[in-house]
Amino acid sequence: MNIVVLVKQVPDTESPRKLKSDDSTLDRAAADGVINELDEYAIEEALRIKEAQGGEVTVLTMGPDKATDSIRKALAMGADKAVHLVDEALAGSDALQTSYAIQQALGRTGFDLVVLGSESTDARTGVLAAMLAERLGVPQLSLANKVEIDGSAIKIQRQTDYGFDKVEASLPAVVSVVEKINEPRYPSFKGIMAAKKKPVDTIGIADAGIDAAQVGLANAATEVVDFAEAPPRAQGQIVTDEGDGGAKIAEFLASKKFV
Amino acid sequence: MAEILVLVDHVDGEVKKVTLELLTAARRLGEPAAVWIGPGADGAKDKLAEYGAAKIYVAADEELTSYVVAPKAALLAQLVADKSPAAVLVSATAEGKEVAGRLAVKTGSGVLTDVVDVAEGAVAEHSIFGGGIIAHAKVKTGTPIVAVRPNSIAPEAAPAAGAEEAVSVTLSDADKAAKITEKVVQEKGERPDLTEAAIVVSGGRGVGGAENFKIIEDLADSLGAAVGASRAATDAGWYPHSFQVGQTGKTVSPQLYIAVGISGAIQHRAGMQTSKTIIAINKDSEAPIFELVDYGVVGDLFQVAPQLTEEINKRR
Ligand SMILES: Cc1cc2nc3c(=O)[nH]c(=O)nc-3n(C[C@H](O)[C@H](O)[C@H](O)COP(=O)(O)OP(=O)(O)OC[C@H]3O[C@@H](n4cnc5c(N)ncnc54)[C@H](O)[C@@H]3O)c2cc1C
Ligand SMILES: Cc1cc2nc3c(=O)[nH]c(=O)nc-3n(C[C@H](O)[C@H](O)[C@H](O)COP(=O)(O)OP(=O)(O)OC[C@H]3O[C@@H](n4cnc5c(N)ncnc54)[C@H](O)[C@@H]3O)c2cc1C
Repeated sequence: MNIVVLVKQVPDTESPRKLKSDDSTLDRAAADGVINELDEYAIEEALRIKEAQGGEVTVLTMGPDKATDSIRKALAMGADKAVHLVDEALAGSDALQTSYAIQQALGRTGFDLVVLGSESTDARTGVLAAMLAERLGVPQLSLANKVEIDGSAIKIQRQTDYGFDKVEASLPAVVSVVEKINEPRYPSFKGIMAAKKKPVDTIGIADAGIDAAQVGLANAATEVVDFAEAPPRAQGQIVTDEGDGGAKIAEFLASKKFV
Repeated sequence: MAEILVLVDHVDGEVKKVTLELLTAARRLGEPAAVWIGPGADGAKDKLAEYGAAKIYVAADEELTSYVVAPKAALLAQLVADKSPAAVLVSATAEGKEVAGRLAVKTGSGVLTDVVDVAEGAVAEHSIFGGGIIAHAKVKTGTPIVAVRPNSIAPEAAPAAGAEEAVSVTLSDADKAAKITEKVVQEKGERPDLTEAAIVVSGGRGVGGAENFKIIEDLADSLGAAVGASRAATDAGWYPHSFQVGQTGKTVSPQLYIAVGISGAIQHRAGMQTSKTIIAINKDSEAPIFELVDYGVVGDLFQVAPQLTEEINKRR
């Protein structure tokens, strides 16, 4: 089975995250880049499917040069090869454009299954899986906390507001995962060494057949008008319980008219 | 005045509060037109009209809710083509955002997600990076598709005609590619809906077991609050996953959030940081949750929480 996992490099949520003042795009230099957490779950699920069904796992990343670190980590976990789509023309792309660029890159890799995270930690739009399924005309198996494949039949449990839906479809398909689905493995030493020799196909927009007029900040369908740091929360009051902690909270709640 | 389409969120024939918030926001942009997908619209029309729906488009065909997301986007895309609305508003729930995504592709439009306020001209305010930055954005191409976070805009009634029009769409094979074979509903009980509640009381690993969640529920009930949980608590099976607050759970913005036995990991904060007032009970004075609080008590939750419940009940 030809499995493609989408991996996004995002700023580490533990380090300061900023937007750049000149073009209101993410300041990728200000924070350490890491694999988007949920994408590790996507990689893990892809590896498990490969281990059960046979086939190959390809990592697909769209992002700057620096994203190579995240690609290596995905390869060290056990993915077989990678495609790194990197091009100045892509900078500042919004979700609509990103989904177009990834669709085009998928034309190069082909796929039976595309696996991705259900949401990134930086932009958090949570729209990519839906957009890709729409563009590719294949089943949208999103927000999966369980995946079962039998031949070309695929079943998932889709996490919903009220519990979950059982969903059935056939391959090829797009699957997005939530963190309940598995526990991602750590790369082994052997995996890290092997990753160094695995092929990474670095391509630009022309290689993927991406039209420059449909990507990048200048052509985006959305535009950031302005931004500012939110006023910091006022320092709260913290007390140590001396047998009256509950009563003290009740007083606070009363002062704020909650009770 | 141009129409503003508002996709209605409903459960068991009841309109969810977020829809009333969307209708309120829609009035700033044009004339609200509610879009009801699925059976059961009859009992809800008065409410939609009360909050400003000049029109109510009803797509009652059960088939539209039998497949994952795509049919809803197909119906909205057809309405966008037929009615040329000035914007489409959906709620920024996981599914709402997916509908927005597919609709954006179908109509070649920009989409704005996790919006906390909308102004004239469909300028949207986002709260990003866990509430650290406030950004304003707008859509340059196509029909603005805006996903608004529940509990961000105060709903205000403004009665309108609520004229009903039945609508339908022919689904393509691709729209029917992911079939829902069963909807499994986890018990919710009588408490308010987590994302819509004015007050949320959440328990974490410190609660120590499923039985002990009674302490959290009792406190919640004393305040008429919803119950939430951290991932540690849902992973341990102490509380169902649909109650998880955080990055991969629900994003809540209540007036008051009380975190009990929760450390305040970044993924948890991502789901509650924009709460207006935050209170924590935790025995570890170094717990990161205390960085966010308006009021915090360092202490044993098994002492503090029941005492708080008792004090609140006394004051009622
Ligand atoms: C703070 C902030 C807010 C933004 N808000 C908006 C907005 O409202 N509307 C809008 O159109 N754009 C927005 N953007 C732009 C958006 O970040 C990019 O378009 C992004 O590539 C797609 O959005 P996402 O990461 O939120 O996707 P999500 O749908 O949240 O990501 C889901 C999954 O898609 C995969 N994926 C996403 N991007 C890539 C990639 N580059 N390479 C490989 N896999 C990937 C990953 O597996 C990821 O887990 C915003 C950006 C920032 C920094
Ligand atoms: C991809 C990903 C997604 C995630 N998504 C989410 C999410 O959506 N929501 C979420 O919550 N987490 C999420 N997490 C997990 C998150 O990182 C934390 O592990 C989790 O929030 C911890 O839950 P907790 O605070 O209950 O537990 P802990 O961090 O273990 O904290 C328990 C706290 O209880 C206190 N305590 C213990 N006993 C008592 C007592 N008797 N009285 C008072 N205090 C006591 C302790 O001092 C401690 O601070 C995610 C993680 C990943 C990797």
